[in-house]
Amino acid sequence: MTKKVLIADDEPNILISLEFLMKREGWLVSVARDGIEALAAIHRERPDLVLLDVMMPGKSGFEVCAALRADESLAGIKVLMLTAKGRDTDVAQGLGVGADGYMTKPFSTKELAARVREMLA
Amino acid sequence: MRRGPGYQRLLALFFVGGLLFNFPLMRIFEQDTSLFGLPLLPTALFIVWALLIVALALLMERGAGED
Amino acid sequence: MSPALIIGAALAYLLALFGVAAWADRRAAAGRSVIGNAWVYALSMGVYCTAWTYFGSVGRAAATGVWFLPIYLGPTLAMVLAWPVLRKMIRISRAYRITSIADFIASRYGKSAALAGGVTLIALVGVVPYVALQLKAVSSAYALMTGGSPDAPGLPGAWWADTTLYIALLLAGFTILFGTRHLDNTERHEGMVAAIAAESVVKLLAFIAVGVFVCWGLFNGPADLFARARAVPEVARVLQPAARFAYDQWFALLLLAMLSVIFLPRQFQVMVVENVDERHVRRAAWAFPAYLLLINIFVLPIAVGGLLFFGTGQANPETFVLSLPLAAGVPWLALVAFVGGLSAATGMVIVEAIAVSTMVCNDLVLPLLLRRKAFAQRELTGLLLGIRRAVIVGLLLLGYVYFRVAGEAYALVSIGLISFAAVAQFAPALLGGMYWKGGTQRGAFAGLAAGAALWAWTLMVPSIAKSGWLGDDFATLLTHGPWGIGWLRPEQLLGLGGLDNLSHALFWSLLANAGLYVGLSLWKPPSAREASQALLFVDVFERASAGRVFWRGRARVADLVSLVGRFLGPERATSLFLGYARRLGRQGVEQLDADAALVHFAETQLAGAIGSASARVMVASVVEEEVLEIDDVMRIVEEASELRHVNERLLSLDRLKDDIMSSVTHELRTPLTSIRALAELMRDAPDMDEPQRQQFLGIVVTETERLSRLVNQVLDMAKIESGHAEWHNSDIDLRALLQQAALSTAELFRERGATLVLTLPESVPALRGELPALRADADRLTQVLLNLLSNAAKFVPREGGRVELRLTTDALGATIEVIDNGPGVPLEQQQLVFEKFRQGGDAAHRPQGTGLGLPISRQIVEHFGGRLWLRSEPGAGSCFAFSLPWAGPKDEETRP
Repeated sequence: MTKKVLIADDEPNILISLEFLMKREGWLVSVARDGIEALAAIHRERPDLVLLDVMMPGKSGFEVCAALRADESLAGIKVLMLTAKGRDTDVAQGLGVGADGYMTKPFSTKELAARVREMLA
Repeated sequence: MRRGPGYQRLLALFFVGGLLFNFPLMRIFEQDTSLFGLPLLPTALFIVWALLIVALALLMERGAGED
Repeated sequence: MSPALIIGAALAYLLALFGVAAWADRRAAAGRSVIGNAWVYALSMGVYCTAWTYFGSVGRAAATGVWFLPIYLGPTLAMVLAWPVLRKMIRISRAYRITSIADFIASRYGKSAALAGGVTLIALVGVVPYVALQLKAVSSAYALMTGGSPDAPGLPGAWWADTTLYIALLLAGFTILFGTRHLDNTERHEGMVAAIAAESVVKLLAFIAVGVFVCWGLFNGPADLFARARAVPEVARVLQPAARFAYDQWFALLLLAMLSVIFLPRQFQVMVVENVDERHVRRAAWAFPAYLLLINIFVLPIAVGGLLFFGTGQANPETFVLSLPLAAGVPWLALVAFVGGLSAATGMVIVEAIAVSTMVCNDLVLPLLLRRKAFAQRELTGLLLGIRRAVIVGLLLLGYVYFRVAGEAYALVSIGLISFAAVAQFAPALLGGMYWKGGTQRGAFAGLAAGAALWAWTLMVPSIAKSGWLGDDFATLLTHGPWGIGWLRPEQLLGLGGLDNLSHALFWSLLANAGLYVGLSLWKPPSAREASQALLFVDVFERASAGRVFWRGRARVADLVSLVGRFLGPERATSLFLGYARRLGRQGVEQLDADAALVHFAETQLAGAIGSASARVMVASVVEEEVLEIDDVMRIVEEASELRHVNERLLSLDRLKDDIMSSVTHELRTPLTSIRALAELMRDAPDMDEPQRQQFLGIVVTETERLSRLVNQVLDMAKIESGHAEWHNSDIDLRALLQQAALSTAELFRERGATLVLTLPESVPALRGELPALRADADRLTQVLLNLLSNAAKFVPREGGRVELRLTTDALGATIEVIDNGPGVPLEQQQLVFEKFRQGGDAAHRPQGTGLGLPISRQIVEHFGGRLWLRSEPGAGSCFAFSLPWAGPKDEETRP
């Protein structure tokens, strides 16, 4: 069965590019424009992987990830965090709230696609 | 000396106590009646005293005047 | 009751107390202190209640009703302020190793030996009546218990047959055992504190036991007791306040007790010196007044009960607490009460004597001894202990002498009040020293001297004269004044009559004391040493003062170590210095630098053992010191605070830089992400359909523009802030400028479906006098206008959006407002919008922007001397406005 990917980012142009990329890879794609929308979408769609931006209005990426991990019914969903912040502390914080991976922007589309494939294998 | 809300409350309690135990306010208790069968002036003084202590205890135990 | 039984019981009790003390000392040595507990601390303050409470209060209550109360209400009021005031005293004493009141005052005022001696003398003389009071009470009690008359204890007999003398000696012996077994340079006596706390419990329970007995054993409860009292006119009179209640005397007693609860040497000892942890003050602040309340509840019932039982004027009311149980056939209760009263007296004597002996030894005897070469070189621990023991015995003997001389004339309470008035003299110098940096040694000394002299004249002398001991001509002193000079009469100085002798004495002594203290302090400024000590004391809560050391000179480590060793013992000295070295990260004492900090450390350790004045003298003798001038002190303070200031500023700038870096990189990376991703996608999909490719390319272009706008603005901001921007000033025609700006943004408004309205006055003064009205950089002003207008356009609603651009002028300058009917800005965010990279509006729909527009606009406006501000209410739109002042004649030169 085709895997589902949810993309959460508040920058519309980044959403456009990621959506195109993920569709090209053959995943089923849904989008969310802020943290609250993201959590709702996660509950509704049960994606297999979430591409999660950190700096979002409503709830931040860290908060969304923590909420996701705290919910037993949502176990098994992979989280790949994306952000322009790349300091060690941010990476650690991301992994600390339970993300499965962390990529800094700007990213290489090739690397991102490979990473997603890895996680959804 | 820092003038935080805790210190201000302590100062206020100090002045209230001073007023209660001195000239103008104490005159109220000068009458020759009794309170629960006990003479007014000493009983009233003890009650005010006890209330003052309770107020101080509340202020102190609740953390007034943090450093 | 047989003397043997009573003496036996007394000795057994005292030995039990001593056992408690020894146990506590052993536990302390093993590191498991029993007194590190707020309740023990609060109970130890109960040493305030002495035989005065047991006997004196009852006597006072039987004579005048509620007049025994102010002595306990005063301390309650004082404890309300315990947390700030007492805690500051404790902090100061801990920091500077102060172990007595004399040391506190002396240390504060430049470590003056003269002050130390003066305070000690006042304390010594002041405390003698109080000791006498205890002896009088105990001997009356003893006489009563053994069946004798309590009214004339021991006087008819020769002094060597006087039981009181032996009581005094016995108490001296116990005190020596309690407090002078070894010399501790912190002056802590854990065993004594434990014993005092235990003794507080005993005396409370004993008194309450008698009270319960009187209320419910002899009568049917307090209501019954007072009802019966009301029926007997002489007794009822006691309960009814006098027709003209002497409020001034009441106030004086309150004030006196308030001061004494801190300044009595025994109180200072248990509250400050023996304090283990500052935070205990929190609990003790209310627990101690609660103790006072409990122990006083039954005073009035016992007094009234005694009057009813024995009839007025029949028995000495001061011993009701014993005579009532004895007469009612419950002698064992009387014995319990006797032990309680003895306990109260003993506690007082022990602590007071230890405190006073420490003072006399460190602050009176030692400075004199050290002046003599012979002593200055020897090892002194044994000598110090010997001096203290001698003083303890001396104090008790003096108390006995006073008791013989003056104890007859006065009731117990009156004697005690004389002592209170003596220690009250410490208040101006001590409290002033803690809060006023301007207090000087001269002022403190003069104030203390005058206060003490007046106290002696108005209270001490009359008390001796009234006892008739010094003959009748002395009695005329009171009625006619010395050598017949009426206005020097001890109890009516300068003709001030109408006050009872206590209020009178208190008034004059405190007036002279405080007056001279303030006056002389203001007259001449403090010396360098006094100023530095003042800073250390008054600012003890500021963290900055923790490391300040006011000293310059040369010293040798070995000299310092051996000096300290002479007073604390060589092993203890070495271990102290070793600890200090380790704290600094050095391996051994030899590796220490003999710097100001080390000298300060050595002096502080010494001060704990011999007082700060003597410590100062001793240290000065082994080092080469440079005299500090007042300027040096000030400079040291300034350096420290300037360094701190600079440090703080560096830290905050560093943090700011980090914040900006973080924001800028984030802002730059976001458009870069889209550009890179879309470019890669297009590269990897050569067969992408045309509309899709066009859309992506469009986005790439837009994001590139966004990126370059951002980079430009960041550079702009940096240049303006660092003062490197270029300004091209010209004469400004404001009307034209605004019209141009409106034109530029017309397209933007049309896109949004919003209207822009221009409100301009007919003419704007282009000239003022001969000069152009406004000179500024037209491009920059346009930048500001475009920023405000585009912001407004972003935030107005889709339908019916309206923005007004308004210009008004007045005598001072021009004001330009951009008013929109958008959602408005909530109050909390109104400051934030002017911060870099913050964007206002609903966070979920943040429109494209850089977040730097407003901050840059503000910088520009402020550069031209104007202001940019926001006025807005949520739901009622916003008004961004800025003002520009008219050019002045000299602006041309000052503007870049």
